[in-house]
Amino acid sequence: MEKLIVSPSPHMRSGMTTQKIMLNVIIALCPAVIASGIIFGLRAIFLILVCVATSLVWETLFNIITKKPNTISDLSAVVTGILLAFNLPPSLPFWMAAIGTFVAIVIVKCLFGGLGQNFANPAIVGRIVLMLSFTGAMTNWTLPQAFQITDAVTSVTPLVNQKEDYLDLFLGMTGGCLGETCALALIIGGIYLIIRRIISPITPLFFLLTVEVFSVVAGADPLYQILSGGVLLGAIFMATDYVTTPITFWGKVIFGIGCGIITCVIRFYASMAEGVSFSILIMNILTPYIDMITKAKPVGAVYAKKKEE
Amino acid sequence: MSLNCIKIPHKKNTENCKTKRYTIPKTVSIPMCQHMGAPCEPLVSVGDEVKVGQKIGDSEAFMSTPVHSSVSGKVIEIENILFANGRECKSVKIECDRKQTVSENVKPPVITDKVSFIKAVRESGCCGLGGAGFPTHIKLNFDENKTPVDNLVINAAECEPYITSDYREMMEDPEDVINGIKTIQKMLKIEKVYLCIEGNKPKAIDLLSNMTSKDNSIKVVKLSSLYPQGAEKVIAYNATGRTVREGELPLNQGIIVINVSTVAFLNRYFKTGMPLTWRRITIDGDAVKSPCNVKVPIGVSIAELLKFAQCDESKVKKVLTGGLMMGMCVYDLNTPVIKTNNAVLALKKDKKSPQTNCIRCGRCINACPAGLMPTELEKAYAQKDADRLKSLRVNLCMNCGSCSYVCPAKRNLAETNQLAKLFVSEKG
Repeated sequence: MEKLIVSPSPHMRSGMTTQKIMLNVIIALCPAVIASGIIFGLRAIFLILVCVATSLVWETLFNIITKKPNTISDLSAVVTGILLAFNLPPSLPFWMAAIGTFVAIVIVKCLFGGLGQNFANPAIVGRIVLMLSFTGAMTNWTLPQAFQITDAVTSVTPLVNQKEDYLDLFLGMTGGCLGETCALALIIGGIYLIIRRIISPITPLFFLLTVEVFSVVAGADPLYQILSGGVLLGAIFMATDYVTTPITFWGKVIFGIGCGIITCVIRFYASMAEGVSFSILIMNILTPYIDMITKAKPVGAVYAKKKEE
Repeated sequence: MSLNCIKIPHKKNTENCKTKRYTIPKTVSIPMCQHMGAPCEPLVSVGDEVKVGQKIGDSEAFMSTPVHSSVSGKVIEIENILFANGRECKSVKIECDRKQTVSENVKPPVITDKVSFIKAVRESGCCGLGGAGFPTHIKLNFDENKTPVDNLVINAAECEPYITSDYREMMEDPEDVINGIKTIQKMLKIEKVYLCIEGNKPKAIDLLSNMTSKDNSIKVVKLSSLYPQGAEKVIAYNATGRTVREGELPLNQGIIVINVSTVAFLNRYFKTGMPLTWRRITIDGDAVKSPCNVKVPIGVSIAELLKFAQCDESKVKKVLTGGLMMGMCVYDLNTPVIKTNNAVLALKKDKKSPQTNCIRCGRCINACPAGLMPTELEKAYAQKDADRLKSLRVNLCMNCGSCSYVCPAKRNLAETNQLAKLFVSEKG
């Protein structure tokens, strides 16, 4: 017999791994990937593939240059790639998308220490950087393929023209970023993640609820506000990112409400049409503070009320 | 509100195996520290003849309990034994004559009041048989004026995978369990008894409920089959609804928590006067061909036990005393079985999944029965921040291992908590 292994307890681990979690998120994103292909055509699929491929390349290159073990097998770069692609207009040039993934993977994630160490959602920062750098290309909304007869016709996002009916919005038959338009596909993905217990429904629920309430108070169409723009994509897939959102129950509640309020404030009162990415980014930055004030209370903990007696 | 718990596999392969008797081996080695507290000094020397039940080790320290011989035979060596947790002590090695002559000192104790009761419990060599090994006579010897006790919680949760020794105790010796409870209840004047059994043992729940149906003071509580229901603070809370506060014992809340096998042993001792010389052990694990429960004399080597259960030693990678979640590794198969070992598990493989960075998924926080934040503790320990570790209450960690179990990044959270506790206590 060989030597016996001696290690600290526990001697049993659950089957859940980081890789499996990411794989589940990828599965949950699939309906929206398919929907984008149907709505915007093959180019949308290519754009997603370019984003995923470049994400993996950037992470591999970074790890080679910094002499670190390659971490792409955790699949988080794939998730980031898909999510960034979902935030891009289908007509965006591929090289711009590659810059976006560079910002997301290298600057936001790897330079801060890799998965788990980034303070902001990589895909969101990638999108914001592209938005500010290439505003023209990033707001060049193509109409869905179904409506196209000859060449791609440019249109405006429904948040700007506010004319589509609810069913078109729900099915995603409207202009916009390639992954955000089809509410149905996003909701299917979200339900899958909740059933598999990958994400907690708390953040999305409070996010959407806050948008509803704020819209009613501000006199906007509440259903329209949720179905158009990136609210569903943000609430289900970005505001539930483990790394950059609060870890406790009440933290998630605060995060969801905060995102909802900031989104609506930007949409209704600022010069930009869409506020989801900025709202999530701002709440990402506040996350450590939210975690601090919503710290779990240990069972039976005794807190000293006064020092001197 | 309920405390956090997790689902783990049960693997109770041996639940229907009637306990086997173990034949007396050639030699046994009986360690002088089988309990929590000060080790005993050997009362015998090389060449002495010893009999079954004879006291062979004792200590004058407050926190200790005597050690008795489990066999009759001749002392051939006083050796030193090092356990995997770093504890070292003397051990009396006895060559067995296989006659099992019983010592003349073994006779039922005379119990008239609490003082004689506590004295008898001490002389029995009893300590917590669930695994912690807290000397039972200290646990039961509370001061009624300072800390009155009104609740006795009998811990029969047995929440660890594989282990069924407590279950077999209840199924095979239910009278000992019930009578043991009644004696303790009478001697210590305790109003209410909660006999807590996990829901995955319906037969035991039925059997003991029927046996106690006439006694309103004993209530059989069905616990949900989750881990770690058998942890002292968790079971105390689930039975009585009282929270054991930081730095205190269940005693401070008027609760005594005692393991079911400990209670059954005490009753046997009160009947016969035979001290703690054998115990029921589950032998299981994926390297064991015929898993079983065995009544094992204290001091038998683990190698012999594994042979008894037809374990293929060439395939064994890891051997544990105790369960998969909290058990301790054995580095040498010659290590003897001690009072606190409720199971010996032999495992074929030690699967190590690759570790990733913490992804802050929060699973550890939702799993911690003490309501701690293991991921934050890990960060605080990495920064060697004693103040933060203290404010996050690392001292409340009961080392149940739930955080490590659920972690998808496979971080060694429970291990880090132990290191952090040590670090905080060294810092003062």
